[in-house]
Amino acid sequence: MTIPTKMLILLPILLSFLAAIINILAWNHRRWQRIVTLVATTLNLLVALRIFMVVYGQGPQAVQASNWPAPFGITIVADLFSAIMVVITALMGLTVAIYALADITPQREALGYHPLYHTLLMGIYGSFLTGDIFNLYVWFEVMLISSFVLIGLGGDRGQLEGSFKYVTINLISSAIFLAAAGLTYGVTGTLNMADLRGALAQVPGGFATTLGMMFLLAFGIKAGLFPLYGWLPAAYHTPPAAISAIFAGMLTKVGVYALIRVFTLLFVQEVAYTHSLILMAAAGLTMVIGVFGAATRSEFRRILSFHIISQIGYMIMGLAIFSPLALAGAIFYIIHHIIVKTNLFLVSGVVNWMQGSYDLKKLGGLYKTNPGLGVLFLIPALSLAGIPPLSGFWAKFVLVRAGLEAGDYAIVAAALFVSVLTLYSMMKIWQFVFWQKAPEGVVERGHGEGENGRFFRLLPIIILATCTIIIGLYAGFFFDVAQQAANQLLDPTQYLNVVLQR
Amino acid sequence: MVLIISGIGTLIFIYAGGYLQGDPRIGRFYVMILIFMAAMLGVVLADSLLLLFVFWELTSISSFLLIGFNHESEQSRRSAQQALLVTGSGGLALLAGLILLATAGGSWQISVLLHQQTAVTTSPLYLPALILILLGAFTKSAQFPFHFWLPNAMAAPTPVSAYLHSATMVKAGVYLLARLHPVLGGTGEWFYGLVIVGGITAVLGGYLSWWQTDLKRIMAYSTVSALGVLVLLLGIGTKIAVEAAMLFLLVHSLYKGGLFMAAGAIDHETGTRNVRRLAGLARQMPFVFVGITLASLSMAGIPPLLGFIGKELIYEATLEPETAVWQLLLTALALLTNIFLVAASGVIVIKPFLGQPNEDTVQPHHPAGLSLWLGPLLLGLLSLGLGLFSNSTLVAKWLLQPAATAVYGHDLVLKLGLWHGLTPMLLLSGVTIAAGAGVWWLHERWRQGVMAVDAALAPRLGPEALYDRGFDGLLRLADWLTVRVQDGFLRHYLLWIVGTTVVLVGTALLRGKTAVMPSQDLIPGPNEILLTLVILGAAWMVVQADSRLAAVAGLGVIGYSMALIFILYGAPDLAMTQFSVETLTVILFVLVLYKLPTFETKDSTPTRLRNVVVSLLVGAMMTGLVLAANAIPASTHVTDFYSENSYVLAKGHNIVNVILVDFRGLDTMVEITVLSVAAVGVYALIHTRKQQQETAVEERRSES
Repeated sequence: MTIPTKMLILLPILLSFLAAIINILAWNHRRWQRIVTLVATTLNLLVALRIFMVVYGQGPQAVQASNWPAPFGITIVADLFSAIMVVITALMGLTVAIYALADITPQREALGYHPLYHTLLMGIYGSFLTGDIFNLYVWFEVMLISSFVLIGLGGDRGQLEGSFKYVTINLISSAIFLAAAGLTYGVTGTLNMADLRGALAQVPGGFATTLGMMFLLAFGIKAGLFPLYGWLPAAYHTPPAAISAIFAGMLTKVGVYALIRVFTLLFVQEVAYTHSLILMAAAGLTMVIGVFGAATRSEFRRILSFHIISQIGYMIMGLAIFSPLALAGAIFYIIHHIIVKTNLFLVSGVVNWMQGSYDLKKLGGLYKTNPGLGVLFLIPALSLAGIPPLSGFWAKFVLVRAGLEAGDYAIVAAALFVSVLTLYSMMKIWQFVFWQKAPEGVVERGHGEGENGRFFRLLPIIILATCTIIIGLYAGFFFDVAQQAANQLLDPTQYLNVVLQR
Repeated sequence: MVLIISGIGTLIFIYAGGYLQGDPRIGRFYVMILIFMAAMLGVVLADSLLLLFVFWELTSISSFLLIGFNHESEQSRRSAQQALLVTGSGGLALLAGLILLATAGGSWQISVLLHQQTAVTTSPLYLPALILILLGAFTKSAQFPFHFWLPNAMAAPTPVSAYLHSATMVKAGVYLLARLHPVLGGTGEWFYGLVIVGGITAVLGGYLSWWQTDLKRIMAYSTVSALGVLVLLLGIGTKIAVEAAMLFLLVHSLYKGGLFMAAGAIDHETGTRNVRRLAGLARQMPFVFVGITLASLSMAGIPPLLGFIGKELIYEATLEPETAVWQLLLTALALLTNIFLVAASGVIVIKPFLGQPNEDTVQPHHPAGLSLWLGPLLLGLLSLGLGLFSNSTLVAKWLLQPAATAVYGHDLVLKLGLWHGLTPMLLLSGVTIAAGAGVWWLHERWRQGVMAVDAALAPRLGPEALYDRGFDGLLRLADWLTVRVQDGFLRHYLLWIVGTTVVLVGTALLRGKTAVMPSQDLIPGPNEILLTLVILGAAWMVVQADSRLAAVAGLGVIGYSMALIFILYGAPDLAMTQFSVETLTVILFVLVLYKLPTFETKDSTPTRLRNVVVSLLVGAMMTGLVLAANAIPASTHVTDFYSENSYVLAKGHNIVNVILVDFRGLDTMVEITVLSVAAVGVYALIHTRKQQQETAVEERRSES
């Protein structure tokens, strides 16, 4: 079957949209909803891979909504970076959907989990594929409202409190984003990002940098940069594991994606100030303060949440160094991080399912009873800590090398220091959950639910762990792709041509 | 190295079969040991620095898992973590060092780098690269002040200690230094760095091993000492020193592997490793006795064992430097170290095997099986055999000469022999053995005193105590910072965010020096002034209000006034939208807030003042932004296109409507989706409560 390319890059959005609609129509038919969810996420993975192949082979692709030529309408565009992100999203969409079959209770399904899951994915796909700064805002809104409801869905007090902090802080981000988009339109008269690249270069007096700072704040809140991340550790440990896993994997990375996009395509007028100073400082502080949190918490998912923040710092480090190698490192890091982080949240869910807690002090002895799960934890955990030959090592290696080559010794020192504490906190989880004797009164559960519950939980974890190993072993190929994506970002001629139809 | 890894590895395999007999986790153990073995072979066979590092880290991880093999013991877990953190941190330094080295030398291939010595040592990156690589090697090979993890790692099962923590893994650091010696060596920095650290480690390790009573700890510290000697020799870096290092590497692997396995056999059969509780084992465990005796003799450097030849060569190397001061110093260091090692050998063998059993001592439960004594015996015999036939081609020419050549960087011819005639080295050997015997005699008598001194000093000055305190301090700092930043109060998070916004955006705005003088058409007329006053008054009312209702009413006034501004500027459709939204919001707020009590507490005055300042700053920033933006003329190509084509192409008279439903129809569709999702959310929230009430009712019903 051949799909026209123009249709192809719209499909991730459309399929999710369609799945959401069907799931709303099939509101009381749980079985149908589950089937639709699985079919849609599977199809999307195939579509995403196809998009990747096309973009990898033929360069960036664009389609103009309603056929209004850019910059007058809205452009949907996929360059290699977008295509990579779409593939990763689709992979997470499918694996978490499988996990959710066992993890999401029928009560939550009855409250609309299925349609919300697809609108969330739709928002993520839209953010990665849009070529219009205001349209990006709209996709952010879809993501925000879907995730807000998902966090609070069927929840207790803690969940609601978390979701309230989440939505309040994210609304501030929206307000800043909207103001920034408005001002940008005010000084350039356009919203199309490709068009903006030229227009912003004409804006006098460093006002472009000022706008850049506003976008940095808006996206920095989403990405969880220091000191804007307050919402993240407050919210991520409250919902069911499947939901927090997709959040942990994807949501902050949409913020990182947006930062990388605007700070390569739009705000490159004063790199010495915006990148080498502001972004570099943000990267260093974020990674250090984040890992400090991770090293001292004792709740499984809170540790993981703080690690998200810390590792966002590494990604921004790549953007801040702003060399082709560093940017490729950042992209590689994102790929690695999404897979590993989602997987760790899923593992934490399995541990909770077996022993009924996320509190390290109330867990233990799982290495003795479930050595296989121990291995499935160690693969992403060691990868996260950057132990070779897993994916995290290569990500860290490229960034450290790029930093040394650029002479940014301070950030490299910070990155290596953070790496030690990351290893420490992963080993802390390992020692408590797997090595230490199970505390008194811990009852092993999770066998009564039948083999399906076990299968649906472990299958995604195995898939993602395999991905981690494959990326580690074929790091050369993945790095090459990341390098090409980085080159497209640093020299967006192809992107500009395909969007503006020159 | 390959020979050592595979050879001793095989013996360890057989041995572990006996040691862990009946343990259900033996499968796991074999898997981990095999992973380690593969990684270790990788380290020594890799030609790429990167590959070497990959395997290097793998050995650290497998070592972590093996040290923590008895993972239900707190002590094991602690030691495993300590070893991993120390070697892991060193590993990261090494990574940075290798990257710098590759940058300076222009290649990742060791074989290429070997020819780049001048380029590397004259590069400005040389010193940082050297320091970082040394950090990696010193942590891995347990050099002072990082040596403390190695004795603690003895929590691992004995086969692991024998294999990883004496014969192979800890040699990785030495191996790396030896491998990179042709590239990095030959400079003052190299000499001082290695000689000082290696020398301290050698003497300290020997001293610490002498007064221990736990067999495994004696061996651990003597391993530390031996590693120090190796580093010292590589630091000297002359032809003879390199030969001595290679020979001693082999010597040490042979005798230490045997000693550990013998210690494990004793532990396994008697249940203790305390030398004070062992006696007269020679009769019960004859094969182990022969093995351990040969090994100890080799360690003590008694002819005709291989250890003797090794020691002679070491003395020859330390006597070589040109200045008398260094000759004296190095020789004294080596002498002192060897004296302690002789004493330690005595402690290991004499009392436990030859002493008279009494009521304090433990007897073996059963004789050691074949798999337990085969390893020590074979290695002991090997030490003897190689010593006797040391001048054979096999040992000197085939085994050690190529190794020494590779490390030295130039061709050399190696000759070994037991008898060199009456040389200063022989004299030194004699002194060593005599003094060593004396020090052994002091073991029992001085031990109490030495231990007391150590107990007083170690908690304050020992590197392990410093490590512990440093790490604890770091965690406390981290905790303090985290709790301060992430304190759980939403308003503090908002304050952080708003504050950062004002600082970053404000700075950028001021930096840019954008013209912010209001232009002519921005001078307000009477209508605008009146509306502004109304808005200001309403805002004042909002912040001063005692009840929520009053605050909401104030907000409504602000909203309506803004709608009036839209009318003044000729945007009636915007104004209509604003009116409807504002009305709805106020009604909804009133409905919700009606049920809530009035404000119970107000913030303290300082807090309120702070909020005022922040609010004013935000206001000033936004004003500045808008004024600055206003001063910049925008391109009108998009708006021109809309006004020209909205009727022609899109068939609509109202441009705003055409933009909403056609030009930017996608935005509108997605916004509608947002509203639908919000509707689902409201439904979900309401039904969550219903569900919870129903479950509560059901639970009560089932209870009653």
